[in-house]
Amino acid sequence: MSHRVSAMALSLEAAQAEVFGNDCGASVDFVGSVRDNTRGKPVVALEYEAYEPMALAIFCEIETSAKARWPGVRLAIHHRTGRLPPGEVSVVIAAASPHRSDAFEACRFAIEALKKDAPIWKRELYPDGSSWVGLGS
Amino acid sequence: MVPAMQVTLLFFAAARERAGTSKETLELPEGATASQAKARALELHPALAPLGPQLRVAVDQAFAEGDAPLREGSEVALIPPVSGGCS
Repeated sequence: MSHRVSAMALSLEAAQAEVFGNDCGASVDFVGSVRDNTRGKPVVALEYEAYEPMALAIFCEIETSAKARWPGVRLAIHHRTGRLPPGEVSVVIAAASPHRSDAFEACRFAIEALKKDAPIWKRELYPDGSSWVGLGS
Repeated sequence: MVPAMQVTLLFFAAARERAGTSKETLELPEGATASQAKARALELHPALAPLGPQLRVAVDQAFAEGDAPLREGSEVALIPPVSGGCS
């Protein structure tokens, strides 16, 4: 199982190691981190909450879809939970495949699919309050 | 009278805060559906109303259609708009 939802710090090297092999000619990684501002407001921290078993099930579905589109691709999707200050890494995706174009495309596909369907939420904490992202309020 | 069954209802993020709980047991008539469970949750927790149209329903850890049937012991989760990853 190369997918993970955890309160522990993420390791890009660990994710890469889970997918890379001598049958791969390419490895592409995505690293997402906490930015210190949003829509002109300072952000003190993000708080991530996950429905862990379902998030892992969605990560597996994402990998299955990616393998169907780009045969030979392997994905490792690691997401962190809890309160993270700016600069901390919140998500790591490693994609490895025989050829580079598939690795690039599968990596992009995985982060966009995660953002759309993985049951993970974040609350932005500001100096003077907080709000859940995505509620459109 | 239709026999009853019990399902577990899970609340996350904004829905958890508005409901004031992360988990509860819900009694529903046998054969009830995912959308009936959601409707019952909204009745029991009026503070969820503003989120109602945005809540997706998952049954046993997979997104479910509204007419998906529930079973005794099903795990039903109300899923507010997700925002994982990074900005």
